[in-house]
Amino acid sequence: MQRFLSAFGWRHEGAANAALLGLPGIWFACLYLAAIGALLVTAFWTVDSLSGNLIPGFSFTNFQQLLSAPVYTKIGLRTIGIAASVTLTDVVLAWPMAYAMVRLAGPKLRAALMAAVLVPLWSSYLARVYAWRLILAHDGVLNWALTEIGLPGLHIGYSNWAMWIVFSYLWLPFMILPVAASVERIPPSLLEASADLGAHGLVTFRRVILPMALPGMVAGAIFTFSLTLGDYVTPMLVGGEGSDFIGNVVYANVGVTNNIPFAAAYAVLPLGVMAMFLLLARKLGAFDAL
Amino acid sequence: MRNVLKKNLARAVLGLSISLPFMQGAAALQPLQAIGKGEGVLNVVAWEGYAQDDWVKPFEAATGCQVNAKYAGSSDEMVALMRSGGGSQYDVVSASGDATLRLIYGHNVQPINMALIPAWKNFIPQLKSPAFNTVHGVHYGVSYEWGPNTLLYSTKTFPSAPTSWSVIYNPQYKGAITVPDNPIQIADAALYLSKTQPTLGITDPYELNQTQMNAVVTLLKSQAKLIKKYWALASDEIQLFTSGDAVVGAAWPYQTNTLQAAKVAVADTIPAEGATGWADTWMIAAKAKHVNCAYEWINWVTTPKVQAQQAIYFGETPANTLACREMDAQQPGACAQYHANAPASYFDRIKFWKTPLTTCDNGKNDCLDYSAWQREWQNVKG
Amino acid sequence: MHSRSLIWAAVAATLAFLFIPVAIIIVYAFSAAPIPSWPITGFAVHWFADTWNDEEVRAALLLSVEVAGVATILAIVLGTLAAMAVARMKSASREVVSFIAVLPIALPGILTGMALAAYFAFWGVNLSYWTIVAGHATFCVVIVYNNVIARLRRMPRSLTEASADLGADAFLTFRRVQMPLMASAIGAGALLAFALSFDEVIVTTFTAGAQNTLPLWIFGAIRLGQKLPEVNVVVFAIIVFTAIPVLLSQKLIGESGRVAR
Repeated sequence: MQRFLSAFGWRHEGAANAALLGLPGIWFACLYLAAIGALLVTAFWTVDSLSGNLIPGFSFTNFQQLLSAPVYTKIGLRTIGIAASVTLTDVVLAWPMAYAMVRLAGPKLRAALMAAVLVPLWSSYLARVYAWRLILAHDGVLNWALTEIGLPGLHIGYSNWAMWIVFSYLWLPFMILPVAASVERIPPSLLEASADLGAHGLVTFRRVILPMALPGMVAGAIFTFSLTLGDYVTPMLVGGEGSDFIGNVVYANVGVTNNIPFAAAYAVLPLGVMAMFLLLARKLGAFDAL
Repeated sequence: MRNVLKKNLARAVLGLSISLPFMQGAAALQPLQAIGKGEGVLNVVAWEGYAQDDWVKPFEAATGCQVNAKYAGSSDEMVALMRSGGGSQYDVVSASGDATLRLIYGHNVQPINMALIPAWKNFIPQLKSPAFNTVHGVHYGVSYEWGPNTLLYSTKTFPSAPTSWSVIYNPQYKGAITVPDNPIQIADAALYLSKTQPTLGITDPYELNQTQMNAVVTLLKSQAKLIKKYWALASDEIQLFTSGDAVVGAAWPYQTNTLQAAKVAVADTIPAEGATGWADTWMIAAKAKHVNCAYEWINWVTTPKVQAQQAIYFGETPANTLACREMDAQQPGACAQYHANAPASYFDRIKFWKTPLTTCDNGKNDCLDYSAWQREWQNVKG
Repeated sequence: MHSRSLIWAAVAATLAFLFIPVAIIIVYAFSAAPIPSWPITGFAVHWFADTWNDEEVRAALLLSVEVAGVATILAIVLGTLAAMAVARMKSASREVVSFIAVLPIALPGILTGMALAAYFAFWGVNLSYWTIVAGHATFCVVIVYNNVIARLRRMPRSLTEASADLGADAFLTFRRVQMPLMASAIGAGALLAFALSFDEVIVTTFTAGAQNTLPLWIFGAIRLGQKLPEVNVVVFAIIVFTAIPVLLSQKLIGESGRVAR
């Protein structure tokens, strides 16, 4: 039986692939894609405000409400803007560590650095955000340290600045890992050749390493951008006035006011943005570098 | 007293007018006839501070019902939790007056057989069958405790108590003010405007037409620039005052008690313009899986002893009149401090949370309903 | 070299950045006050005993480990199958599969959570341990998938052909040739998937019933405000217990990864 199946699969490659893809395919289609599709359908429904019952149908009410009140556009732009700045920040912050781990460190140090990057991921996301709250508070660690050295205190706790710092902090490991992996894939011979041609470190970095590591950076950007775009917990914990994200509005309408159609309609925005981002990422080869 | 009666009548009429389909649904739900054996588990949705070990552990020991508590920060969250997962995830909820009607009309809670609640006959008259948890004479919940929304302030910044709510709208305290992240907060601003801008004609802070709402939103938007953070959870506000990020804000007595216990220099007061407040009701989910434990729980927390413990811990007032003596026994002077023996006139002065509906008391139907309040609140926050 | 020491200085700064909040968590695990403030007024170790005695914490920790374990196993099965299929396919279909696999992580967690919760409610499935596992497995698949497919790309086809030439059928080849070579990639993916599932809070909020995983318990404890020291103790314990395995696994994965080349 085994040999029969094996031979059949060898000759009919399509059937073999379908058999392998069958289980994951069914899982994703029936559980995930169907759920997302159903959610998008409810974006065209409405809800009875007193009883909370869903009213199926086809109406653009939710989208009209979203477009007519300027606050939703403002929140959308704020979310995308902070997600983009966090991504850029993390790209810059990730490079020293990624480069050192792959090119400068010996095997033992490299394992240690890798572990050092992964260990914070094991300390609860919530606890780390809360720790930042304590650091950035009015009477917190940061201001205490600043006043100790004679500088004035900063009032960035509970603000968009705080969120930028915290998000950049949280997703940094997710950027370091793919960038390191893509630097690892650069053959050392290329770097030697670049040196032979007379380019010193910085030029080699700019002209050889950076372009070749682009897929890795884009792969990391997928994580940092999407994780920031969809987050609502960090704005809740360290955001202040005027810090609401798309996720907070969605959460307020799902977990709180129970207006799921409105939340689904607003969720179309991050869905669309991420779809475009993923298509761009595919073009830049990020899917080979994830 | 007569006005309250009229208001109740108006709301009953409203209830009747939208309740025909509701009545059909309600007929399907029958209250429990007798309390049976406990199911061993009770899933509770409660405000922070409503399921403290002090009375939960003895309850678990006495009845064998293990309590799993889920804490919510707002009435909206409680409604959503009770409706989630098919409506049978949780058994009881401590809903405030602005959520109760939504739960009742959403068929999320079941009628309660008051004959099974012996403490009920000792409740203050206004909380025996209030309009926010009793519809057409059917009780959908048991009143629990009530309290005011207070003005919390740092005694370092304010050596003497502020006399007006104007301090939370004052640019002098820019970046150091905090108010709840809750659409019902609009009513507080409406209450303030009803005293400072009487020409607007606001009589009930929960019944606002578009013109009145616009004026309130203008005030709230100017306040938004002064806000450090809108607190979603009581612990948020506690953190804000502990770390010095806020010096004044709207709060519940629970925050004051907790901060003072942690030796933070704060105090609270009810300024001249008056206060909004909340009256909480324990309700049982329509599809609750552990109904016997639910009744046991309600009976437990309406006993004078637990009512007193809860009142002192949170800083609120019990519905059970017999709790007054217990409060003084646990903490001398507590009964008077938390108005447990106050006359009805004090109770009537507080503008309790209720769900804004389109009908107004003046007979017109141009008031804004709760979903409009939610949209306006998001507009204010930005 | 001048630039080298600059880079190492930057690495040190990055490590400090990564670990300062972790240090804060550990320090506050020893703080006496139930509400954290700075500077720390008194030190205490009684929180360790309190946390150990708290049944809710133990139940939440156990549930998190179980959920992460089962979700990781499911992710390994689904991810490896998909990767093996895609490694043999043409690039167009390859990209479609990769796109779909990355969606659960790329799309905002609240979207996934909302969609799954509504879907389960629609089919009358009560939220429970299994709905949590289903949600976690779905977004963990892509992590295993990516690691395995990266490894398979480096594995020449000639190996399977040689195995067939020697008389092995597909199943034997899988067991004796492909699995050993993929093992460390699967291991790396499994480690990351476990960590992701263990710490996930947004999707779990929507797919959990009345149960608490550890992140849900932490979220509740943070809301309550007075149980914060317990949170710090729990996180401290987790860091201590996971630092060594993570370090060991990195050494193993690093070495065997090189062998496969």
